[in-house]
Amino acid sequence: MLRLPPFRLRTPSSLEEAARIVAGEGPAARFVAGGTDLWPNMKRRHQKADTVVSLMAVPGLAELRGDTGGNLEIGGTVTLDRVERDERVQTRFPALARAVASISSPPLRNMGTIGGNLCVDTRCTYYNQTEEWRRSIDYCLKEEGTVCWVAPGSSRCWAHTASDSAPMLAALGARVRLAGAEGEREIPLADLYRDDGIDYLGKRPEEVLSRVVVPAEADAGHCRSAFWKLRRRGSIDFAVLSVAVALWQEHGVVTRARIHLGAVASWPVGAEKAAEALVGRPVGDEEAIREAAKLVRRVATPMDNTDFLAQWRGVMAERYAESALREASGLEVTGLAPNHRLVG
Amino acid sequence: MSRAVTATLRVNGEERTVAFPGHHTLLEVLREECALTGTKHGCELGECGACTVLVDGRPVLSCLTLACQHEGREIETVEGLADGNRLGPLQVAFADLGAAQCGYCTPGILMAAEAMLREQPRPSRERIAEQLSGNLCRCTGYLKIVEAVEWAAAVRRGEDAGPPPEILFGHPEPGRPGGDAPGRRPSETASSNT
Ligand SMILES: Cc1cc2nc3c(=O)[nH]c(=O)nc-3n(C[C@H](O)[C@H](O)[C@H](O)COP(=O)(O)OP(=O)(O)OC[C@H]3O[C@@H](n4cnc5c(N)ncnc54)[C@H](O)[C@@H]3O)c2cc1C
Ligand code: SF4
Ligand code: FES
Ligand code: FES
Repeated sequence: MLRLPPFRLRTPSSLEEAARIVAGEGPAARFVAGGTDLWPNMKRRHQKADTVVSLMAVPGLAELRGDTGGNLEIGGTVTLDRVERDERVQTRFPALARAVASISSPPLRNMGTIGGNLCVDTRCTYYNQTEEWRRSIDYCLKEEGTVCWVAPGSSRCWAHTASDSAPMLAALGARVRLAGAEGEREIPLADLYRDDGIDYLGKRPEEVLSRVVVPAEADAGHCRSAFWKLRRRGSIDFAVLSVAVALWQEHGVVTRARIHLGAVASWPVGAEKAAEALVGRPVGDEEAIREAAKLVRRVATPMDNTDFLAQWRGVMAERYAESALREASGLEVTGLAPNHRLVG
Repeated sequence: MSRAVTATLRVNGEERTVAFPGHHTLLEVLREECALTGTKHGCELGECGACTVLVDGRPVLSCLTLACQHEGREIETVEGLADGNRLGPLQVAFADLGAAQCGYCTPGILMAAEAMLREQPRPSRERIAEQLSGNLCRCTGYLKIVEAVEWAAAVRRGEDAGPPPEILFGHPEPGRPGGDAPGRRPSETASSNT
């Protein structure tokens, strides 16, 4: 059996207590929600912890509700399966439902949470291996090693973001609530991330992601969105590329756009120039879409650290951006079908 | 650091009070403390589905969840699918159709399918494929698995459907999984889950 190393499990019943335990114990403590990322990582000894603080008993953290302004509030420990099946998500934020439904597999979505998905560890072929394998190459920068095997001349880690909900929620302009020992703050979800494979979260370690707020202005009544994911199999596999787009329009003209990419950078990188290229142009202007797709490719920095060739993933970033933008613009989508899942 | 804990787990409707190290997974405790070895261990990293059990009726990978977090919940394993020595419809359909070859993936697939059939008595082929998309099988090529689930679903709905008897394994009586003749075949009387 591949066993977990021993640790102490704490199950606090408030956010303050959860934050206080982690603040007090420092790097030796970690949060766990569904455990579908932390337990595999601890089994393979990527991540270590003397104390693991479960968030599953914190009251109110598993609530999914609409607030008075029409925003949708998803608590940090709401499972992916609940997000995917929620009628409000399906009708008001269909691309979010699709992004979440594309994650892992049915039992894993029944266990994994939205908070865990947004904080999921970055991934790399030289990292997501057994302990023996990693020891044989003397580890790498993301652990105790001194070299990045993906870019040996580089002083940084290029491990890629693995979350499928992050680019989608960033495109929709969602915000996240972070609860620390001294109270809560709310930031744009896109600001939660840093372009660094090791230090990928811009939050303090003791801060709990308590809630995701998806704004009313991003729902299907105001905004058209799409999510395209590329991977080898239609289930279980992580993305090697994902493209999330959101478009706002008035009288047939694009007034605002957001495009974020998953798995081709250390963070859910935003393609701001591409989005700008669409603004002021008619919705469904094929030339504008092609231009934007080319600009999307420029912000993708796929490295040879996951399945498929990096160069091809770059090519596909343009193709998938074009398809996602066509879908969101109501145009016919040709070319490769999005590998969301086995059933649409 | 991680103390032994004592917990009362409700498994297949039966309460069991067991002591185990607090960091052990449900998979470890089911197999090692409860001696329920029907639940298999494959990758132990969430990638294969061999360890799937039901918790409060929903599929859970027992390799990625702590046993101590399951007190007060309804845990079901493949051992609970049979009624005494009579196998359930899914089990019989898998055995008779040859949807289990080496059988290693079978307990996990049976549990994932069971969860679906309780919610959705008439699943489409696509729905079955989607539900089982977290379970890997290296032997069957999946087609027989999907057919067996369809057959078991029909039997549960009380329909007299089924494949032609000549394609069934064993000594086919008119093809009714979990039919009304207990003990007619070895596969229906013995628990093949160890
Ligand atoms: C086989 C397999 C396939 C997978 N495929 C995909 C995929 O396709 N796409 C994808 O996006 N993910 C995938 N995952 C990763 C993972 O299952 C999901 O990201 C899941 O949503 C993680 O949620 P969790 O609750 O299980 O996280 P956990 O494992 O509990 O936590 C993950 C990390 O986040 C931290 N954390 C958890 N909750 C909070 C919170 N509320 N506040 C602050 N920190 C928190 C934990 O400390 C930990 O570091 C896969 C995993 C496996 C094993
Ligand atoms: S990108 Fe480099 S440093 Fe980061 S995990 Fe991969 S090999 Fe290690
Ligand atoms: S053993 Fe649990 S998923 Fe493979
Ligand atoms: S029957 Fe052998 S793995 Fe499925």
